[in-house]
Amino acid sequence: MRTLLFLLQKELLQISRDPAIIVILFVMPMIQLLILPLAADYEIKNINLAVVDHDHSSYSRHLIEKIKSSGYFRLTDYSPGYNQALRAVERDKADLVMEIPASFETNLVRDNQATLFIAINAINGVKAGLGGAYIQGIIQNYNGEVRELWDQYPAFDPEPVIAVTFSDWYNPHMNYYMFMVPGILVMLVTMIGSSFAANNIVREKEMGTMEQINVSPIRKTHFILGKLIPFWMLALMVLSVGLLIARLVYGIVPLGSYFTIYAFASIYLLAILGLGLLLSTYAQTQQQSMLVSFFITMIFNLLSGLYTPIESMPAWAQVITRLNPVSYFIEVMRMVVLKGSSLADVRFQILAVLGFAVFFNGWAILNYKKRSA
Amino acid sequence: MKQFYIFVKKEWLHIWRDRRTLFILFWMPIVQIVLYGFALTNEVKNAKIAVLDQSSDPATTAIIQEINASRYFDVIRYLHSYEDIGRTFRQGRIRLAVVFPVAFRYDLLHSHHAQIQLIADASDPNTANTLTNYATAIIQDYQQSLNPNQALPYEIKTQVRMLYNPELNGAYNFVPGVMALVLMLVCAMMTSIAIVREKELGTMEVILVSPLKPFRIILAKTVPYLLVSMLNIASILLLSVYVLGVPITGNLGLLVGESILFTITSLSIGILISNSAKTQQVAMFTSMMSLFLPTLLFSGFLFPVENMPWPLQVISNVVPAKWYYIIIKSVMIKGLGFSYVWKETLILAGMTLLLLGISINRFKIRLA
Amino acid sequence: MNGEPVITAQQLSKHYGHFTAVDHISFAVERGEIFGFLGANGAGKTTAMRMLCGLSIPSSGSARVAGFDVYRESERIKRSIGYMSQKFSLYEDLTVRENIRFFAGIYGLSRETIRERTAQLLEKLHLSAEGDQLVRSLPLGWKQKLAFSIAIVHDPVIVFLDEPTGGVDPITRREFWGLIYEASAQGITAFVTTHYMDEAEYCHRVSIMVDGKIEALDTPSRLMATYQSQTMDEVFLQLARKATRVAD
Repeated sequence: MRTLLFLLQKELLQISRDPAIIVILFVMPMIQLLILPLAADYEIKNINLAVVDHDHSSYSRHLIEKIKSSGYFRLTDYSPGYNQALRAVERDKADLVMEIPASFETNLVRDNQATLFIAINAINGVKAGLGGAYIQGIIQNYNGEVRELWDQYPAFDPEPVIAVTFSDWYNPHMNYYMFMVPGILVMLVTMIGSSFAANNIVREKEMGTMEQINVSPIRKTHFILGKLIPFWMLALMVLSVGLLIARLVYGIVPLGSYFTIYAFASIYLLAILGLGLLLSTYAQTQQQSMLVSFFITMIFNLLSGLYTPIESMPAWAQVITRLNPVSYFIEVMRMVVLKGSSLADVRFQILAVLGFAVFFNGWAILNYKKRSA
Repeated sequence: MKQFYIFVKKEWLHIWRDRRTLFILFWMPIVQIVLYGFALTNEVKNAKIAVLDQSSDPATTAIIQEINASRYFDVIRYLHSYEDIGRTFRQGRIRLAVVFPVAFRYDLLHSHHAQIQLIADASDPNTANTLTNYATAIIQDYQQSLNPNQALPYEIKTQVRMLYNPELNGAYNFVPGVMALVLMLVCAMMTSIAIVREKELGTMEVILVSPLKPFRIILAKTVPYLLVSMLNIASILLLSVYVLGVPITGNLGLLVGESILFTITSLSIGILISNSAKTQQVAMFTSMMSLFLPTLLFSGFLFPVENMPWPLQVISNVVPAKWYYIIIKSVMIKGLGFSYVWKETLILAGMTLLLLGISINRFKIRLA
Repeated sequence: MNGEPVITAQQLSKHYGHFTAVDHISFAVERGEIFGFLGANGAGKTTAMRMLCGLSIPSSGSARVAGFDVYRESERIKRSIGYMSQKFSLYEDLTVRENIRFFAGIYGLSRETIRERTAQLLEKLHLSAEGDQLVRSLPLGWKQKLAFSIAIVHDPVIVFLDEPTGGVDPITRREFWGLIYEASAQGITAFVTTHYMDEAEYCHRVSIMVDGKIEALDTPSRLMATYQSQTMDEVFLQLARKATRVAD
């Protein structure tokens, strides 16, 4: 027991002496937390539009105005011909080209029908799909206006109409930050927790102090606890600073209780640190351990529901997310912050993460030998 | 020159003998491509939703069936009361609840007006929006089916053509991004760690007293990573063409040339980081935080750069990956030639020279 | 030197696949002895030592260290031994005092004892002024002596030294050996591996390993007589000519 105290004393001294660690553990993640959510926005806005207007009629001008004022589009190019407009797309000056043929207005009024041509840069499929949908929506709207101008609706029989009303619960202002920031915080804490712990131990291996420890009577469990405890505390500190920033900068106040978050985080961190520990037993050099933990955390992060929803993944990927501790924390974080879920609501996730903690740490302890075969 | 070659060979052996590292360096791009190609998408399918049907009449049943039949939705819960909705949401089981009022069909037929309420879990605003849009579309389809077919006058038809990627294959967007990411990672991060490792283990002094000029030694360290990167690019391209169905429309030579340029840019960054980092740990985290994440973000393949607040857009100009991403998209996907990407190429080349210049300078200062 | 040998090895071997690093060695080390374990690089010295320290499991043979069996009681062995490797294995980012406190603490010394020993040690090594300096800032020779002193701070029965004098000047090396002599006078047995043949003359007895086997074991003077040499270097050269293993 005393040995554990000496180990902790040594760890804490080493950590406090290394200014780089403070920067890495606190400053860098905080910068990430401040920048990432600002950048992580999937909404599509400011689509660059190139217009080719062969008609120059009041109708065509009206339509263009309508599109411009919708807020989704920016008119960045006004070319005399399609080929020139296409060049704007090639140069990434425009994402979308709308060509209004000559006698557009005349055709519409006289022949009851007119056609518009739209070409979309579809490299980003999502953006193209949405951009196309937006502009077609506006055109249809405009179409309705034209119709109203010319036609009297009472000519038609009243049709049954289903009115759909919408309610948004839990994030009524559709604040994307509320959704992304907790998730990003989880990702940061995870990356730091596992990489740091793994790296630290492998560093002792590389420096030779590990051998000195192995030749001493220090017990295996004491050594492991001596590494787990300081990093566990550090990770919780990082989490706290992150939650503080979330509150102060983004105004994110959890609907649920902080206690639930911390309770879950404590167990989760044990699992993540255990993973780091496990990795360290397999790596001989810091380069290896860094790369491996980076690789694994990258896969975990991508398959966690942070950037893309789990429900959209194919079955095999969803199985992997069930085996991924990160996805549980992200789920819990979002549930507690946005929906006010309680400890009881997340008991299944707690059990899962507990399982991971036991598994990773257990395996690590089995693997770690003071004596090599 | 021969001495340089000997050093390169030694460095190559270091890497070659480290099977674990090689393994990961090789598989990383492949795993990324597989994930992005097959698992990561924002498309919505099989979203779990709940239904509160307070009418239970043929109309509601029909609508519910339509919803369930669509690939977007999976009705997993039939709720019995309004309070159930909150509870089910809090348990994280569903994303959308469809609420039918009592006497739905009756109202529809007799007052020609009925309401359906869609309650969305707006924790994820994007998904919520998408789900409500899809659900509304299905409901409106049903509404259409009740009405006789009427041709509307004054119709504006639109003909839409998708450029470069008619099938809206997501891969077109991220393959260039993955290329940028992998190169940046392998070259910058691994190189910086490798160089700092010598510093940390104390073998740097030994190297510095060898007959080869110190900076050449540093360069020798980077050459193996250059080779590994080329291998990675090759595997990414092969995967894109044969597994993801993304053809190489432009000039392959130009593509390779630009990739080599970007590789050198990344290597220079790696060298610069190794200059200031004292320990491998610092090198790694610096690379990760200042390289990997910005590259992921600002290259534009994950989140569109135009969406970002203006200051971030300015920052994105400093990130080399952004320019490389544009070049790759232009050459590989749009099939454009050098005349279109000379500006970006120049910027990349300029950045490289600047970085190398700073590194060489700092190196000299340290030795003096 | 009387009583039970503190180290006994019988047919101790270690192989890695087809490669035999240590080939059936047998020897005994008496209490208080300074025992030199000589050999070229790659001869198997470090491997043998690691087995005795409980850092590596032998492939076959038996050994007892400080009265405990290396197979089944390796953790108890560790309480009674000290160890110093080539890398010195001190924490560079801790101060001299903190290193002493840590290592003394994990060997179970009480707070007062730690305080006493720290003061004694600092004085003896003339490091009293540098007590609160980071080990990183000490010159190589000081680090070495410090590492050794820390290795014996808990009065172990045996102290194992693996190539402890690499990289320092001859004067510092002589001073270092002075410390070993002092320890030996206090009854601490020293088991030293080295490839510096002149250091062999500092030992009470030496063994010379070639290709994993012990080719010679005796006092330096008797060895020099047997091989008709003026220095241990010559003795070694004669034996080493038979060697087939090249250093790695």
